[in-house]
Amino acid sequence: MRWFNNKDTLYGFLVILPSLVLLGIFVYGFIFQTFYTSLTDWGKDPAQALSANPQIRFIGFENYRELFTGLVDSRFRQDLVNTFFFTVFFILGCLSVGLGLAIVLDRSPRGEGFFRTIFLFPMSLSFIVTGTIWRWMLQPQGGVNQLPTLVGLPKGEFAWLTSREQIWQVSWNDLPFITALVVSAVLIFIAITAFRGGERRRGYIASGSAALLLLWAFTLGRSLQPLPYDEPHGFNLAFIGIILAAVWQMSGYTMALYLAGLRGIPEELREAARVDGASEWQLYQRVIFPLLAPITLSAMIILGHISLKIFDLIFAMAGADNAPTDVPALLMYLTTFRANQIAKGAAIGMILLLLVAAVIVPYLYSQLKSEVRR
Amino acid sequence: MKKLFLTLAALALGTVGLAQSGKLEIFSWWAGDEGPALQALIDLYKKRYPNVEVINATVTGGSGVNARAVLKTRMLGGDPPDSFQVHAGQELIGTWVVADRMEDLTGLFNQEGWMTKFPKGLIDLLSYKGKIYSVPVNIHRSNVMWYVPAKLREWGVQPPKTWAEFLTVCQTLKSKGLEAPLALGENWTQQHLWESVALGVLGAADYANLWTGKLRFNDPKAVAVWNTFGRVLDCANKDASGLSWQQAVDRVLEGQAAFNIMGDWAAGYMTTTKGLKPGEGFGWAPAPGTAGVFMMLSDSFGLPKGVKNRTNALNWLRLLGSKEGQDTFNPLKGSIAARTDSDPSKYNAYLQSAMRDWKSNRIVGSLVHGAVAPESFMSQFGTVMEIYLSSRNAQAAANAAQAIATQVRLGQ
Repeated sequence: MRWFNNKDTLYGFLVILPSLVLLGIFVYGFIFQTFYTSLTDWGKDPAQALSANPQIRFIGFENYRELFTGLVDSRFRQDLVNTFFFTVFFILGCLSVGLGLAIVLDRSPRGEGFFRTIFLFPMSLSFIVTGTIWRWMLQPQGGVNQLPTLVGLPKGEFAWLTSREQIWQVSWNDLPFITALVVSAVLIFIAITAFRGGERRRGYIASGSAALLLLWAFTLGRSLQPLPYDEPHGFNLAFIGIILAAVWQMSGYTMALYLAGLRGIPEELREAARVDGASEWQLYQRVIFPLLAPITLSAMIILGHISLKIFDLIFAMAGADNAPTDVPALLMYLTTFRANQIAKGAAIGMILLLLVAAVIVPYLYSQLKSEVRR
Repeated sequence: MKKLFLTLAALALGTVGLAQSGKLEIFSWWAGDEGPALQALIDLYKKRYPNVEVINATVTGGSGVNARAVLKTRMLGGDPPDSFQVHAGQELIGTWVVADRMEDLTGLFNQEGWMTKFPKGLIDLLSYKGKIYSVPVNIHRSNVMWYVPAKLREWGVQPPKTWAEFLTVCQTLKSKGLEAPLALGENWTQQHLWESVALGVLGAADYANLWTGKLRFNDPKAVAVWNTFGRVLDCANKDASGLSWQQAVDRVLEGQAAFNIMGDWAAGYMTTTKGLKPGEGFGWAPAPGTAGVFMMLSDSFGLPKGVKNRTNALNWLRLLGSKEGQDTFNPLKGSIAARTDSDPSKYNAYLQSAMRDWKSNRIVGSLVHGAVAPESFMSQFGTVMEIYLSSRNAQAAANAAQAIATQVRLGQ
């Protein structure tokens, strides 16, 4: 206990002790409690759901099994698919719009400060405000759909938030197979980079697991059917409106990140590239974009966890009941507080936590590792 | 002599009122158009008990969608409001009474002589194992079809009497260039339409059997409801989920649609907010196939166990059940009194017709508005609706409905 002898360390420890305790109880304690709740039947019996001292039985992973394979929980599965598409388009949108704006502003146009404020402004609004504004604009009968009439064209017909059309449908039963293909593609990529970097051991392990996974996918994986019937899920077109609003809100933030990155690139580097005869496009492709890669990663992490847990924007824009724009966070609210299925709501919450952890934990791990190296 | 007696009575009431002090918190979802009616009741209460501070805890959201979530958080957190609004019937019983959270009000009913003042069918709806648990304030009718008489004359159609007739009228109107003859709103109003279709297709007896478990949801008869429902939906606007029920009513008033199926709070909206005259500015008929049946819902107030101001809450319930309270509240709210002895002259033409039907029609309860199924069923029925809307598969929807009914032990 050498560190204990140091008075400063002791004081430091005492100062952070209260927040450690509070964090332990109110974050980790409640995570554990939610996890335990998700393994019970709380809410299955209406008489016990809201009683003062409910009798709760432990039922293991039954709630999770129902969510992924149960007859009435198809809405949850569609919500997972919705979250996937929303995350992909939201991140792509924010990154490309943010990068575009940053490149334009980096060339120091006139009134740069003014535009920077304009683009950053949406971030100062809460999602509820953004949602309310965009709901007005995307009303089926008015707003954006009326815009063409200003120049004499017929009004737009797109049902921004209320469309029931779905594209790119895939059966839920194909999901294990597709997941296996995607994971093995990632493993093969890891293997190739490992071989290139001379880490042979790592490369062998990655390519070996990829081969095993592919073997499983094409033999057993094809016959693994979570549901006894085909259940198609796809991208709901009603989400386009939500994605527009979310990108509008957050692209200013990525712009600020990229602008800081661009300003951090020394002018000498650009000059050197130009002297070497690089065209503008080559300059960006070979010099600037690679230098911006860490910023892209940070932005993806921040945007990724926002999109996975998004609730307020959709609640304000389309309401909690509109299934085409439903996400797991909304369903968790409905399941817990409307249907009184408290254990199932907790299970949805745990799945959300796992999804967010899958995004955040690898990032934190790599950050911590690089800090240790430093 | 009579005057003296009245003065004495007023004095007696006054002293009782003066003796009462403290607070009373009333939890409801009556905001906006319904706010003035609640305020009138609160004013009446304050006149009787001037020393009581009334806290009006209103949570907005049609049909109580948001209020119920807030209420649950408060009840689970051990901070119940002194009295809360709840739809009479299974919404209260299946959620709070079975969980042993409510006080038995049978004594209050006997004391105030309400057993003979409220219809027996309604008291049965409020009862669980022979005890009564809430005081009904009003009666609304759910199965009403609204239209504008002048517009129908212009189009040359009559209000349809059955759903088959409705579909024919719908085709006629479509051929005359009306894109969506039926105006429809957000999720819960779609379920509202479903219950009227179900009542029209099944008839009153089989409709009631659904909720007692005698008719299963996957019975061919019940599956047929979904098929008709799908064809009715084809007559409705595609942007339904973006509209509130008021906006859906507006479509009818503006002539963009011919019909709207909504509860009779729509009459309150059209007379109070829109300033229309019942019978001229708007017309009404029972939803197709439901003539002679009154699908009812009722707002009621209960008394949670362990409240802070029990006496004040009991006085509030006394006021709600009294003739004076009901006749103050209902003409403003656009509903009829739950008591059978209320004064018809205080009500408008639509409400008088509803009062006549309330006394003569066969009574069944509404699903969406909490009369026949517990909250756990109602809420998940939204998912069943989504299964149907995205797949248009009647059998799949019926199977899902039966699965939920089994899970929440409907009718047991």
